[in-house]
Amino acid sequence: MKQALATVVQEICKKYDFDKQRMMDIVLGVQGRFGCISVEAMDLIAEMVGSHRVEVESVVTFYSFLSLKPQGKVVIRLCDDIVDWMKGYDAVADAMSKALGITMGETTSDGAITLTKTPCIGMSDQAPAALVNDVVVTNLSPERAQDLIHNLRRHLDPQQLVTTVGDGNHSHPLIRSMVRNNIRRRGPVHFADFEAGQALKATLAMDPEAVIATIRASRLRGRGGAGFATGLKWELCRNTPSDRRYVLCNADEGEPGTFKDRVLLTECAAQVFEGMTIAGYAIGADTGIVYLRGEYAYLRPYLEQVLEERRANGLLGRQIQGHPSFHFDIRIQMGAGAYVCGEETALISSCEGHRGDPKNRPPFPPQCGYLDRPTIVNNVESFSAAARIMLKGAPWFEAIGSERTTGTKLLSVSGDCRKPGVYEVPFGISAREVLELAEADNPGAVLIGGPCRQMLGPDRFSGRICYDDLATGGAFIIFNRARNKLAIAERYLDFFIDESCGHCTPCRVGLQLLKNLVHKVVTGAGEPSDLAEMRRLSNIIIQTSRCGLGQAAPNPVLGALENFSALYTDLVSERSPGLLSTFDLSRAVVDAELRVGRQSKYV
Amino acid sequence: MTSSQEATNHPEKPRIATVSLAGCFGCHMSILDIDERILALAEIVDFARSPINDYKTFDGRCTVGIIEGGCCNEENVHVLEDFRKNCDVLVSLGDCAINGGIPAMRNNIPLRECLEEAYLKSPGVYNPSGTIPNDEELPLLLNRVYPCNEVVKIDHFIPGCPPPADAIFEVLSALLAGRTPAIAYGDLKYD
Ligand SMILES: Cc1cc2nc3c(=O)[nH]c(=O)nc-3n(C[C@H](O)[C@H](O)[C@H](O)COP(=O)(O)O)c2cc1C
Ligand code: SF4
Ligand code: SF4
Ligand code: FES
Repeated sequence: MKQALATVVQEICKKYDFDKQRMMDIVLGVQGRFGCISVEAMDLIAEMVGSHRVEVESVVTFYSFLSLKPQGKVVIRLCDDIVDWMKGYDAVADAMSKALGITMGETTSDGAITLTKTPCIGMSDQAPAALVNDVVVTNLSPERAQDLIHNLRRHLDPQQLVTTVGDGNHSHPLIRSMVRNNIRRRGPVHFADFEAGQALKATLAMDPEAVIATIRASRLRGRGGAGFATGLKWELCRNTPSDRRYVLCNADEGEPGTFKDRVLLTECAAQVFEGMTIAGYAIGADTGIVYLRGEYAYLRPYLEQVLEERRANGLLGRQIQGHPSFHFDIRIQMGAGAYVCGEETALISSCEGHRGDPKNRPPFPPQCGYLDRPTIVNNVESFSAAARIMLKGAPWFEAIGSERTTGTKLLSVSGDCRKPGVYEVPFGISAREVLELAEADNPGAVLIGGPCRQMLGPDRFSGRICYDDLATGGAFIIFNRARNKLAIAERYLDFFIDESCGHCTPCRVGLQLLKNLVHKVVTGAGEPSDLAEMRRLSNIIIQTSRCGLGQAAPNPVLGALENFSALYTDLVSERSPGLLSTFDLSRAVVDAELRVGRQSKYV
Repeated sequence: MTSSQEATNHPEKPRIATVSLAGCFGCHMSILDIDERILALAEIVDFARSPINDYKTFDGRCTVGIIEGGCCNEENVHVLEDFRKNCDVLVSLGDCAINGGIPAMRNNIPLRECLEEAYLKSPGVYNPSGTIPNDEELPLLLNRVYPCNEVVKIDHFIPGCPPPADAIFEVLSALLAGRTPAIAYGDLKYD
């Protein structure tokens, strides 16, 4: 066994040239073969790639899809995010637990099946959903969950669970998935016809500087959420002197309620890769990396084939389309279940083979990024838009959208509505119009941009989706009037607490303190001063956290305080004389009473 | 350090009460470390219930209550609540009062194991009867050690183990003068 382990680990390390920067691939490979990365395996890896156990272990323990201990042959990861929760998560989880005879987090005694939960897997429009190893199952009900377990028990082969396939490329032999695209509205930028190579041809006819000028003129802004000007980012990168530069595509799509990048990769992969190639030409890079979230591993074989086709057609590789000095290729880097890796510097850490820790900024990636070289990190949708811009020209693109925010935006609509799915809409559209398109059911609140942003009430529905008003990375989660907004805010806080990388005390500890306060208020034990304290603490967390996770994490709570303040103020009341109702002496002495067999004289 | 309650004006001299709950008395030693300034203090305040004068009960309202140590047993809770009821302003003095401190190191271990380790299993224990002390006089231990602000509302916190005498003197002078305390950076920095 020991020998076998050493041989396999050696084989896997060799596949990646014993390069410790490929640590993610190595540990994923080892886990793929042995179901976990044992202490022995970590020692072997460390020795073979010239690293230390602690470095390997810091990677293995960071990512939720990696495990030190053996897990079931099949791991079921049920999404427990808000939308699934609204769509019946509890009943599905119950049905699975019962059918398996285990509770959440456990493995069946025969070591066959592990049941666990995970935040949004990017299927919010077909929730409740789960990952069964790499296979996605959607629209679960308690009955379907029971059947699923029953069948799985028989064959232990997740792929056999796919009995019907979804629309579009989901029937492709390399995907074969029951996932559906649910494209509800096709716009001109992403979902119009796209012939591979045409945008690249137009690009290679220009100087790189002219390509950047075109992207700048289109006023394209990043579609991942922050909205940084794409052309400017490329220019900054190009102008930083270096021997090498890199193009990174952010396909981590971890923001709960966002799933449009999944649909782009399923239906428009060629356009996305072409956008990356164009970026490579513009900034002077020869390598591109797609950082694909672990949840989307089922798309990988297909995406590899699209890349292979592009190589065969001279759209990737050396001397692309006959250009004497333009060489560019793309590889896919798998993530392993860590939301923070969507943050661009954490994504870079992960690609470099480390824990997904965010780095200090500045320097920003266009100055010093992947392997300390100038790097652009752009969202999937940004690359897709860039390809279309090179095909149709900046004026065409600029004419779409609102005055100050050009182009279209892909919205991932989910929650309480009849038509969840992906909508390509021009910027400037109002929230109300989107609610109507989606046939929202008595909407009482909407979360535009996911939990990183604030939840808005009906008085804000006339707001417009653009960078000057309602900025968004794409999530659009609808809550009907009956939904408990405070419970939603509290749950999102849990999400951020789980996903914090732990580097900054305000994020790691402060969020937990904030959660305690929210809980205190929600359970009716709060005082008015607690609301003031929630604001104060939130501001400290926002001001003193290193990355966007901590800086955004208090937003669900702040948003609820601001937009639904009556909900909180109704719950709190002044208590005198300074005694705290959260402390309950009778519960605090219960252990001692049991131990010594007498009652407290103070209770 | 925010003040939710100002020290209200009392007809006589302001009265100060102090107590050590689950603490080591180190914080009280630090109060004494204000040295001769304690004479100036005694000019303008009266010490009420305090180990400094050994008064064990409240005999009237106090302006400021100073708490050393967190709550490890039921009696600590009772005393702390008594302080809250009898004092205008409560100050948590030192890390034990603020965070639980050293006594809170037991918080990750079940109470039963703590007691067994202390009275039965630990090397060097001589306990032929094999019982864990259980006299009526002994207050019941809490399941864990609580910082004071988890039991009652605390108005001011003076960090340190123990906090420097200068910090204590500054907070007391400020409260008595009705201004917000401003502890010098050097008195808040420990490395
Ligand atoms: C916690 C966190 C998570 C993020 N997740 C993503 C993500 O999943 N996808 C993405 O494109 N950008 C994400 N971002 C934003 C990226 O840091 C970065 O701004 C973006 O990829 C830049 O691309 P763009 O300019 O094309 O939008 C995240 C940011 C933070 C702080
Ligand atoms: S803000 Fe949170 S997630 Fe970001 S670096 Fe700090 S601890 Fe990590
Ligand atoms: S804070 Fe330090 S000095 Fe004060 S009681 Fe605790 S251990 Fe003793
Ligand atoms: S897949 Fe469950 S919320 Fe997105």
